[in-house]
Amino acid sequence: MTVLKIPEKKREVKNFKIDLLTKKDHKGALIPLLQSAQDSYGYIPEKAIYYISEIVKIPAARIYGVITFYSQFRLKPLGKNVIRICEGTACYVNGSKSVLEVLQDELGIGLDETTDDGLFSLQSVACLGCCSLAPVMMINDETYGNLTSKKIKKAIKEYSFAK
Amino acid sequence: MKEIKVGLGTCGISAGGKMVYNEFKDKLSQNNLDIEVKQTGCMGMCYNEVLVEVVDNGDSYLYSKVSSDNVEKIVNEHIIGNHPVDEWIATSRKNIEKDPFFKKQKRIVLQNCGIIDPGSIDDYILYDGYKAIKKALQKYSQLEVIDIVCNSGIRGRGGGGFPTGVKWKFSYEAPGDSKYIICNADEGDPGAFMDRSILEGNPHSVLEGMMIAGYAIGAQEAYIYIRAEYPLALKRLKTAIGDCEKKGYLGENIFGSNVSFTIKIKEGAGAFVCGEETALIASIEGKRGVPRLRPPFPAHKGLWQNPTNINNVETFANISWIILNGADKFASMGTEKSKGTKVFALAGKIARSGLAEVPMGMTINEIVYDIGGGIKDGKKFKAVQIGGPSGGCIPASMGDMKIDYEEVTKTGAIMGSGGLIVLDNTTCMVDLAKYFLNFTQNESCGKCTFCRIGTKRMLEILERITLGKGRENDIELLEDLAEKIKNSSLCGLGQTAPNPVLTTIKYFRDEYEAHIIEKRCPAHSCAALLTYTINENCTGCTLCAKKCPVNAISGEVKEIHEIDQDACIKCGLCFNACKVGAIDKL
Ligand SMILES: Cc1cc2nc3c(=O)[nH]c(=O)nc-3n(C[C@H](O)[C@H](O)[C@H](O)COP(=O)(O)O)c2cc1C
Ligand code: SF4
Ligand code: SF4
Ligand code: FES
Ligand code: FES
Repeated sequence: MTVLKIPEKKREVKNFKIDLLTKKDHKGALIPLLQSAQDSYGYIPEKAIYYISEIVKIPAARIYGVITFYSQFRLKPLGKNVIRICEGTACYVNGSKSVLEVLQDELGIGLDETTDDGLFSLQSVACLGCCSLAPVMMINDETYGNLTSKKIKKAIKEYSFAK
Repeated sequence: MKEIKVGLGTCGISAGGKMVYNEFKDKLSQNNLDIEVKQTGCMGMCYNEVLVEVVDNGDSYLYSKVSSDNVEKIVNEHIIGNHPVDEWIATSRKNIEKDPFFKKQKRIVLQNCGIIDPGSIDDYILYDGYKAIKKALQKYSQLEVIDIVCNSGIRGRGGGGFPTGVKWKFSYEAPGDSKYIICNADEGDPGAFMDRSILEGNPHSVLEGMMIAGYAIGAQEAYIYIRAEYPLALKRLKTAIGDCEKKGYLGENIFGSNVSFTIKIKEGAGAFVCGEETALIASIEGKRGVPRLRPPFPAHKGLWQNPTNINNVETFANISWIILNGADKFASMGTEKSKGTKVFALAGKIARSGLAEVPMGMTINEIVYDIGGGIKDGKKFKAVQIGGPSGGCIPASMGDMKIDYEEVTKTGAIMGSGGLIVLDNTTCMVDLAKYFLNFTQNESCGKCTFCRIGTKRMLEILERITLGKGRENDIELLEDLAEKIKNSSLCGLGQTAPNPVLTTIKYFRDEYEAHIIEKRCPAHSCAALLTYTINENCTGCTLCAKKCPVNAISGEVKEIHEIDQDACIKCGLCFNACKVGAIDKL
């Protein structure tokens, strides 16, 4: 393992996998490191950016540029339940627009936002891969297909009560 | 001997496949039956999920739309009682030639998808797996392999359609000690799932194709760049690579030869433009995925400036079939310039949505009607969208067109990776063009001015057209911008972004004009252009008036109501509220 010189304060951020460092060099390690940081925190905390910057010897500003380029990375934590609505073509022509409207009405938030109680975050994805069930959304790991406004409301209720 | 297979691709799981799988295990063990329940990948008939295959003395029966409630009956009557439950069976292997969905298909890439257990390397080997790489290593020189691939006529399945053998030759001839193979599994086209299904259903076939390519060009290292949203495909690839390493199929001296080959996985981070090869390479290197000017092509200066051969998932999945069956046999399928087969993801307003592999040159009508079963809910076939955000819409009137690279390009669309979205008369073409432009505009990396700002301007124009605020020369303005964007963009994203708009203008100009001049949406889809009126069926129940958020509906109880068109904000609530169908949407 490479020995790292990291200021004491920043070293607190360390419980994500850095086994990648045992490889001979750090070629292309930045994105996997960011991914594992996000895996352990649910988002990329500022401290992690500095920490990774030390490891890969890339200025924090440039890392920030990489983070904002890719839609997967978040600089803010997500809500407890993540709703991902499919905006792929098959779902679009089968009415995903109104699915989104119902969701926004029910939750009172727009895309890429989180409810005040931290219970739900709303995101969109391009094709969840079950176009035959369009329109489709996912709540956490569960897929909901052939959506109607009734089904959506019911699903959200289940999660709201399951606090 | 009986065996049970449950389709556990992403769509099978979404439809409840895991519950069915567990239910079979439970019911079998309750009955003390020693019968194996296997998982398998996409069988293609996604419209029939959950699919369960019961293999029974040489034949096999495909049960469709199985839920956990059906399991007990299947176990009791078929497994124990030896009487297949006919009314639930979609088809059987013996009759597959007669099944309308399968009859016209030709399965090469998908031949074992939905049949083998994607988690078992032994299953793959049982179905002639890893024979092709052994044959290549033992029988052919590197150049001979390249010749076979050249002679087969296969062209890249990732969209561009560049001849694969020629590309391999470039990388082979490029000077350099370390060369790379990259498998492009980024599949960004929204509404396409061919590559995902192949990776989930038969990951080893992709690995084997990569090994053969590696041997041919002299590469010892390879990467698979896979889309972040494909967790199941990722998991199955990891298992497959691990199993290969254990067997000595990957690593040093593979299959006892003097060739070494390793495969690593890189997960994408959610950027469509990273499907473009130079952006993908930048992303593997850990940078922002911004395309760069070519030449130099990746074959000469690719990953870390080394010669790199990059192919699509489906391209690789064809290779072992070609090596085992010969270039001629492959080239005997298809059209003059497009050989072999193509996998299409059928979706949208089609009755049988799923995964179909057909010989190149099949007509649109054959795919939509014969394989896809026509349009859902008895509506009218309007067009197919092919090629995703880089492609375009081909109208139903051209249904006799043969699908191959050249023919599709002539229409102004592109073959693309294989997404085929079927549209009916309720789809507004202007709105669909807007949808794709919104997508590309969001995904533009921002490097080129025309791609970044031009697409934004086009989107704004389309938005105002769908809002009924279109201006007289908007169509010409769109065409002008489109031309400029095509000519001044660096990568394929910008160069093809206007295609959905241009093809819809070309084939559905009257729809644009109806929006702009008459302020009318012929498909009754653009909300702002609808008119709601109340007809004589109205019973005066007042439900609609109670729902209307702007009090635009007036009328006495038990008398016909009326909508004040100036006040109406076209929210549609009254339309949904009326129980007697007295509200017309026009
Ligand atoms: C914006 C853009 C996105 C692309 N996305 C993909 C993709 O998701 N998968 C893919 O295989 N090729 C994609 N390509 C094409 C690749 O650049 C490249 O041509 C292809 O991977 C080569 O493989 P092939 O010759 O086997 O088709 C994309 C191209 C562009 C311009
Ligand atoms: S054409 Fe668009 S996506 Fe491609 S490099 Fe230029 S700005 Fe980026
Ligand atoms: S469409 Fe909406 S605003 Fe218009 S009359 Fe009906 S309920 Fe009222
Ligand atoms: S387009 Fe929504 S699941 Fe494919
Ligand atoms: S049959 Fe389920 S993914 Fe195709």
